[in-house]
Amino acid sequence: MSPSTAAAPLLQVRNLRVEFPTRRGTLVAVDDVSFDVAPGEVLGVVGESGAGKSLTGAAIIGLLEPPGRIAGGQVILEGQRIDDLPYEQMRKIRGARIGAIFQDPLTSLNPLYSVGRQLVETIQTHLPLSAFDARARAVGLLKEVGIPGAETRVDHYPHQFSGGMRQRVVIALALCANPRLIIADEPTTALDVSIQAQIIALLKGLCREHGTAVVLVTHDMGVIAETADRVAVMYAGRLAEIGPVRDVVKNARHPYTRGLMGSIPSIGGHAERLTQIDGAMPRLTAIPSGCAFNPRCPQAGVRCSIERPDLMRAGPSRAACWLYDSAGVGAPAAREAARG
Amino acid sequence: MISFVLNRVAQAAGVLLAVGFIAFSLFTYVGDPINAMVGQDTSQQEKEELREKLGLNDPAPLQFARFIGNVVQGKFGLSYRTSDPVGRLILERLPATLELALCAALFALGVGVPLGVYTGLYPRHWTSRLLQAVSLIGISLPTFLIGILLIVFFAVILNVLPSFGRGETVKFGWWTSGYFTVAGLKALILPSVTLGLFQLTLIMRLVRSEMLEVMRTDYIKFARARGLSNRAINYGHALKNTLVPVITVTGLQLGAIIAFAIITETVFSWPGMGQLFVQSVQFADIPVMAAYLLLVSAFFVTINLAVDLLYYVVDPRLRGSTGGRH
Repeated sequence: MSPSTAAAPLLQVRNLRVEFPTRRGTLVAVDDVSFDVAPGEVLGVVGESGAGKSLTGAAIIGLLEPPGRIAGGQVILEGQRIDDLPYEQMRKIRGARIGAIFQDPLTSLNPLYSVGRQLVETIQTHLPLSAFDARARAVGLLKEVGIPGAETRVDHYPHQFSGGMRQRVVIALALCANPRLIIADEPTTALDVSIQAQIIALLKGLCREHGTAVVLVTHDMGVIAETADRVAVMYAGRLAEIGPVRDVVKNARHPYTRGLMGSIPSIGGHAERLTQIDGAMPRLTAIPSGCAFNPRCPQAGVRCSIERPDLMRAGPSRAACWLYDSAGVGAPAAREAARG
Repeated sequence: MISFVLNRVAQAAGVLLAVGFIAFSLFTYVGDPINAMVGQDTSQQEKEELREKLGLNDPAPLQFARFIGNVVQGKFGLSYRTSDPVGRLILERLPATLELALCAALFALGVGVPLGVYTGLYPRHWTSRLLQAVSLIGISLPTFLIGILLIVFFAVILNVLPSFGRGETVKFGWWTSGYFTVAGLKALILPSVTLGLFQLTLIMRLVRSEMLEVMRTDYIKFARARGLSNRAINYGHALKNTLVPVITVTGLQLGAIIAFAIITETVFSWPGMGQLFVQSVQFADIPVMAAYLLLVSAFFVTINLAVDLLYYVVDPRLRGSTGGRH
């Protein structure tokens, strides 16, 4: 599959809002997030813990854990709205059209069943194959994800595989029914650094081969830079910046993204101190008014603490920052001053 | 696997030997068996002769070895009360108790596991809350009270079920069974419910808490992400992962059902081993008590062995890694 169909997005997320009702009021964990994913494209979603990136992924596959719920917006897969589907219809989409890979391969597999059984049951859930054909497909998938001796390994149990091998099995499970989209939530975080690169290369290669699009959720900017076509940066439940990966990495627009990039060590670079962003991301219960980043932003103006910026054009990317508004960061205060 | 089984069998033999020693001590230290056997007008010399004849003057280890040797051959001696061979007395009573215990265990498992799964899957549903509350009553009411209440309701007021005995039984060699007649089956209902109710609530609460825990695990979440049906997730993936603790507890409880059917058998005049044991205690019938002790411990040990073997079947992690990790 070539990106010739790139015109029609595979996945559209429109103004997604995820809420957690609590006793002390409703927490908004994902707020007004919109993005598209083209067929075969890898979209990286980065952000600190609690930025809402994993919840965005969970909301797309319809697996938010209660009491979390989608409170607004739409998720559209291949032109079909899927966020409001009944459980049983959404179940048929999960695994068949959207695959998922989770963070910890050690706990993603049921310890009591052989990997072959888990593959076969997933295959037979979604494809009309006989037990024999399903098993053949399972062995084929294990070969494809690079498990040596797949014919015998298919009958082994998860505890007989190492962490990296288990994540390969998890990837095989996600690919069982050849989904058009995979949500990969921190797929390498729990692995050794040396294994991480292998798994990322495998995921990238397989998705390119199958024409599968990936939403890659991670806090690891290095993984994003290596893998993604585009990157979305999240901060406190909102998109801070979204754009082509090259542009965001080399030429970050949002002050938060710039801080994020400044904190990544580069091999062979100058031995300067890494920059860090002062302060911490606000708790969901205490998101500042205006731009959520303004208390930590070195370039904040008065406007930033009053008005919340939406995504606006900033070079080839879009950033939610008043720096890219024609009126700049001081405008509303000036207006108010004029009024007062 | 074979070494594991042999190891467990050796352990079981050790336990049985220890219990055998306790049973043996009963003879030696709980009263003088000679006094229990002879009449009041027996002379001291006759007593001494009998003592010598029965080998009671031999050193204790020798007596113990002889006792074990007899037990292994199935010779438990004669009952002080009826002068019948103890082995025969127990064999006559064994089928009644085992059939009752089996029914009670099936009732406890057959109702307890599904209720536990249901309350574990829908912990917030009102029926689950109700079941939880009711199970608390079941777990705290004493067995004899449940039995009496059941008798009052089903035997006295409604008069639909018998309140005592086994009903009609069918003989298969030495085994008598109540499973093949309507009267026999009807007679089983009330005692089985009485005996199984506590186990039922225990199993239900255990399965519930295990289910709640398993449903939160990553592999259940991942199974959902794979689009598996709810049935496959709930019963294929979640329930199987709750089985190891459930098997443990059920195994122990099955032993307890057999061993402590005493109260239920008394309430329902059930002609089982428990009733035999109560009568033996009243008459200080030590050979019967000792044999009962040994038999019950043999049941416990066998069930525990079966439980250990079931772990092997359920959990591949215990089977040792044949393929090794790569």
